[in-house]
Amino acid sequence: MAYLDINGVVRKFGGLTAVNGITLAIEKGAIFGLIGPNGSGKTTLFNCINNYYPPHSGDIVFKGKSLKGISSHEICKLGIGRTFQIVKPLRRMTVLDNVMSGAFLRKNSLNEARDKALESLDFCELTHRKDMLAKDLPIADKKRMEISRSLATEPELLLLDETAAGLNPREIDGAMKLIRKIQDTGITCLVVEHVMKFVMGISDRIMCINFGREIAKGKPEEIANHPEVIKAYLGEEYAKGQ
Amino acid sequence: MALFGQTFITGVLMGGIYAIIAIGMTLVMGVMKIINLAHGALMMVGMYICLVLFEHAGLHPYVALIPTMIALFIIGYLLQKYSIGRVSGVETIIPESQVLLTLALGLAITEVIRVIFTSNYQIIHPALTGEYWHLAGMTIEIPYLIGFVIATIFVALLHFFLARTDLGQSVIATSQDKDAAVYMGINAERITNFTFGLGTALAAAGGVILMPLFYLYPHVWHPYLMKAFVITILGGMGSTVGALSGGLILGLAESFGSTYWGPQWGEVIGFIIFLLILLFLPGGLKRIIGR
Amino acid sequence: MEKKRQWLILAMLGILCIVVPPFMGTYAVHVLILVMMWITMALGWDILGGKTGQISFGHAIFFGLGAYGGGLLFLHWNITPWWGMAAGPVLAIIVGIPIGLVCFRLRGPYFALAMLALNEIIAIVFTNLDTLTNGATGIDCARTWGAEKLPYYYIALVIAAFAIFVTYRIQNSKYGYYFVSIREDQDAAEALGIPTTRYKIYAMIPSAGITGLAGALYMNYISSIYPETVFALEAISIFMILAVLIGGAGSLWGPVLGGAIFAGLDEILRATIGPISFLVFAVIAVLIIMFMPDGIIGSWPKVRAYLRRRKLTTGSEG
Ligand SMILES: Nc1ncnc2c1ncn2[C@@H]1O[C@H](COP(=O)(O)OP(=O)(O)OP(=O)(O)O)[C@@H](O)[C@H]1O
Ligand SMILES: [Mg+2]
Repeated sequence: MAYLDINGVVRKFGGLTAVNGITLAIEKGAIFGLIGPNGSGKTTLFNCINNYYPPHSGDIVFKGKSLKGISSHEICKLGIGRTFQIVKPLRRMTVLDNVMSGAFLRKNSLNEARDKALESLDFCELTHRKDMLAKDLPIADKKRMEISRSLATEPELLLLDETAAGLNPREIDGAMKLIRKIQDTGITCLVVEHVMKFVMGISDRIMCINFGREIAKGKPEEIANHPEVIKAYLGEEYAKGQ
Repeated sequence: MALFGQTFITGVLMGGIYAIIAIGMTLVMGVMKIINLAHGALMMVGMYICLVLFEHAGLHPYVALIPTMIALFIIGYLLQKYSIGRVSGVETIIPESQVLLTLALGLAITEVIRVIFTSNYQIIHPALTGEYWHLAGMTIEIPYLIGFVIATIFVALLHFFLARTDLGQSVIATSQDKDAAVYMGINAERITNFTFGLGTALAAAGGVILMPLFYLYPHVWHPYLMKAFVITILGGMGSTVGALSGGLILGLAESFGSTYWGPQWGEVIGFIIFLLILLFLPGGLKRIIGR
Repeated sequence: MEKKRQWLILAMLGILCIVVPPFMGTYAVHVLILVMMWITMALGWDILGGKTGQISFGHAIFFGLGAYGGGLLFLHWNITPWWGMAAGPVLAIIVGIPIGLVCFRLRGPYFALAMLALNEIIAIVFTNLDTLTNGATGIDCARTWGAEKLPYYYIALVIAAFAIFVTYRIQNSKYGYYFVSIREDQDAAEALGIPTTRYKIYAMIPSAGITGLAGALYMNYISSIYPETVFALEAISIFMILAVLIGGAGSLWGPVLGGAIFAGLDEILRATIGPISFLVFAVIAVLIIMFMPDGIIGSWPKVRAYLRRRKLTTGSEG
């Protein structure tokens, strides 16, 4: 049995089936990439994993435990952290307070939580921003802060939704380094990404989905040359390439 | 049987009058996505304007209706443009700052009226006041009936306006999806101001209809504001059909509650319906009737 | 250094509050009692409204229950209403928890409306359940110290200090952080492992309790209560929000300042300009919401920056 096992998950919104029977297994310690055109169901799959949108059928098993019927906050407690595609900073709290709010999951006293948060901020190279209000951060730092906040909850599996979107090339390199560093601490990562350079560069394995279904799965180089993937991405990628 | 019939008719007539007050509120809530706590106070201002028109110009309330509505349209438009609208989108610690602003405005307006007219009860006796129709053992007070008819006409006109005119369609578009409406070239700000004016004018119409029936004093609006909420939540925000059916349901529920349970409990029934709808049918009747 | 100075100012204020009132007139002490009561209420409301972001339009429920807790004991068993200081808050909390369980499913304005409706329901119920509550006639009890005001003042002072202490402790704990997280973004809070509904209940408990405590004080001090005054939608529920709003929501000193200014201003305006005092008050509220929506404390940094800029420009001219 794999570390995270997703088994035929289906999620509908009215008549639209956003995730249509996705099955995938992630090994402990890996970075797993999830790609697919806009609206293909990647974020919805994340939302199924942490039960923000409970799957309509199928099953998700984390470390041998089914996540069925477990609420979002309990899933975080089990060790699955996440970031949001559209960042959700706690706007009128400082960066430090944001991260402390995550740290309190496993620390009860103010001092312990502060130490944990500072450690996490240091890890994400955000210490210099700690007293700023979250709403005033530039986008790249907002994303870093979300990662830092999530790390403060001491996750074993981290779901990262489009960390590189909206970043400039230098910031993208920084984000790649950060994710590798996270992997080095033994945390498993599931990464949703549009920026090919990013996802190809860091993932051990990649799955490509379209219309809520898997169209290819394999090593980065296999995916990059997969005819179905190229077909799904063609227009978009060409447009980007020009 | 006559008691039942009487209760039923009283409920329906009152419900129609509630509906016109609530429709103003549901429109505003639909477009602005906020609760407007000044709605009742503005209705009361309409009633005082009507009072002045009756006492100093001798206009019967049913005639004073139109100038009163125009006046309140202008007041509502300006209030939204220069006060409430300015707070929209401002990030604050308490998320409901626009709602609190309407609340404070409502209090201020009430106080202005109280300073001018004192808190004394006022009552007017225009023609038709206190006249009855007797029908199969039941009595129907004529002003109730006329009020109901006027309210129904306005609801129908509004429905037609929203469905058939460009301006009405802009109001609907703005209430369904403000961003999309803006992309389509609608001036959402102006539409919001207009809707606020329109909603206020409708509330004023509801107030004027009540003039031959009840006393008038600055705080007269409290129960009506509550009822307008109940109906708006019951009918679904922004839904005219919902507001009309919600008004009738509330009118009937109160009427039957007072008759068979005791007059002091009539109002509680409305609030209980309100809570049940909030909890178990979010979105209100609109979800069931689909418009 | 900064911190030390703050404590010093605080200690001095505390000493003033203790030492000065005996030398003041009866009326002034009366105003101070109301100030303390409103500080307590504003702090109580702010735990749920300002920190947790659940705007309640019905906190008079808890104020009224706090008052009736002692009132009912006195009415039915002739027990001194001082027991209301315990019974009132407990009653408020006992009712507050199920209200929270039901209403916290609603978000934003819907929660506000539900509380408003409950406020009205409870007021009507207390007015009409004659056998239980003595109905609209209300409850009268004898005042322990007759016309003497000072003892009440010191009790009010202790209660306000207690409310400040509770708020301070909440702010500097996991609870405070979790409450504010819920206010800022409920989804993000869930994703950080915060059981949002449970923590809203945790916020409801001190909020209802402290508000109830203010109600119990009111019961003992004013010594007669009626459903229409202690469950008043406008004069209690709404005014509590305005008081917090003036000072600034979500902080410790905002509600304290707001409560003090509100109660003080209310009395002063009433004494000086009488009939139009409430109008002036409402206009002040409108202006504050329009131009200082985060209240005095919340907007202070902005105001200070503005003043500095003014000074700089005038300075460079001169
Ligand atoms: N709450 C919702 N209600 C209705 N439809 C939704 C909802 N959330 C997502 N959808 C729909 O489900 C589909 C998948 O959306 P999803 O956000 O998962 O895509 P995505 O792969 O993350 O796309 P992107 O790359 O743009 O982020 C889309 O068609 C979207 O419109
Ligand atoms: Mg997405």
